[in-house]
Amino acid sequence: MKEESGNYQPYSYFQLMEVSLRELLVEKGIVTDAQVAEEVEAMRKRTPAVGAGVVAKAWTDPGFKARLLADGTLGCIELGIEVAALKLVVVENTPDVHNVVVCTLCSCYPRMLLGIPPEWYKSRNYRSRTVREPREVLSEFGLQLNEQMKIRVHDSTADMRYLVLPMRPAETDGWSEERLASIVTRDCMIGVAVPKSH
Amino acid sequence: MKSGSAPDFPRFKPGDVVRVRKAYPLGHIRTPFYIRGHSGVIERICGTFGNPEELAQQRSGEPKQPLYRVRFQQKDVWPGYKGNPGDVLEVEIFQHWLE
Repeated sequence: MKEESGNYQPYSYFQLMEVSLRELLVEKGIVTDAQVAEEVEAMRKRTPAVGAGVVAKAWTDPGFKARLLADGTLGCIELGIEVAALKLVVVENTPDVHNVVVCTLCSCYPRMLLGIPPEWYKSRNYRSRTVREPREVLSEFGLQLNEQMKIRVHDSTADMRYLVLPMRPAETDGWSEERLASIVTRDCMIGVAVPKSH
Repeated sequence: MKSGSAPDFPRFKPGDVVRVRKAYPLGHIRTPFYIRGHSGVIERICGTFGNPEELAQQRSGEPKQPLYRVRFQQKDVWPGYKGNPGDVLEVEIFQHWLE
């Protein structure tokens, strides 16, 4: 579709479906416009910064890191993060193992920690190829892993959600938690990138 | 599939070798096609959850099903897999799909 400012754009099929369903739900008194707006606002507030804070804490507090790896949900609660139904599994990158997360069935994603998933995470390309040829997919993200590195792919098929705990870059000694969090991107926590100190 | 006879306590423990049932029932199934018929090892027990195949039909989801993370060797899953022979794939599978 050609995007020209000022031109009338008809709704796409899915936009139309969303508006119709929302208006029906409001009309029937099942939800109010205010509740919908509130939920959208809450969704927009969740950003990868929440997850980055968890990672930075784990990098600086070995006790917390051990508890987080043992039970991701309890780890988040400890930091006061509202996790609700989130059953979190935190998987740790090491010098020998690299973790990457995908949901082949739909697009399960730890929204409480990372916000709204990127478009590519929901694409058929990423979903079908990551389980089958992870090394190729990662290289397309610009992440070249050496041949000795083992790749562990997590297919998020049911009730668990996954967060990758990346390795802390070597040149970050003495960095504050806040500065550490600033280099932990969304992609690092999905496992298609690794943090860089510069 | 009828899951009424399935117990809601874990029959498997971490380290057990399990095989994913090679079945193709209709409906909302959370077991990916590509993993059916393959063998792996229980990595951990995730807890018990309402059976998604029942919940999708607006039924109660009872009896709840234990959920496992099962670890598969990539070279066993994909013929001609290229990459490190130690590469693995971990998938969440409900108990009634394991044997």
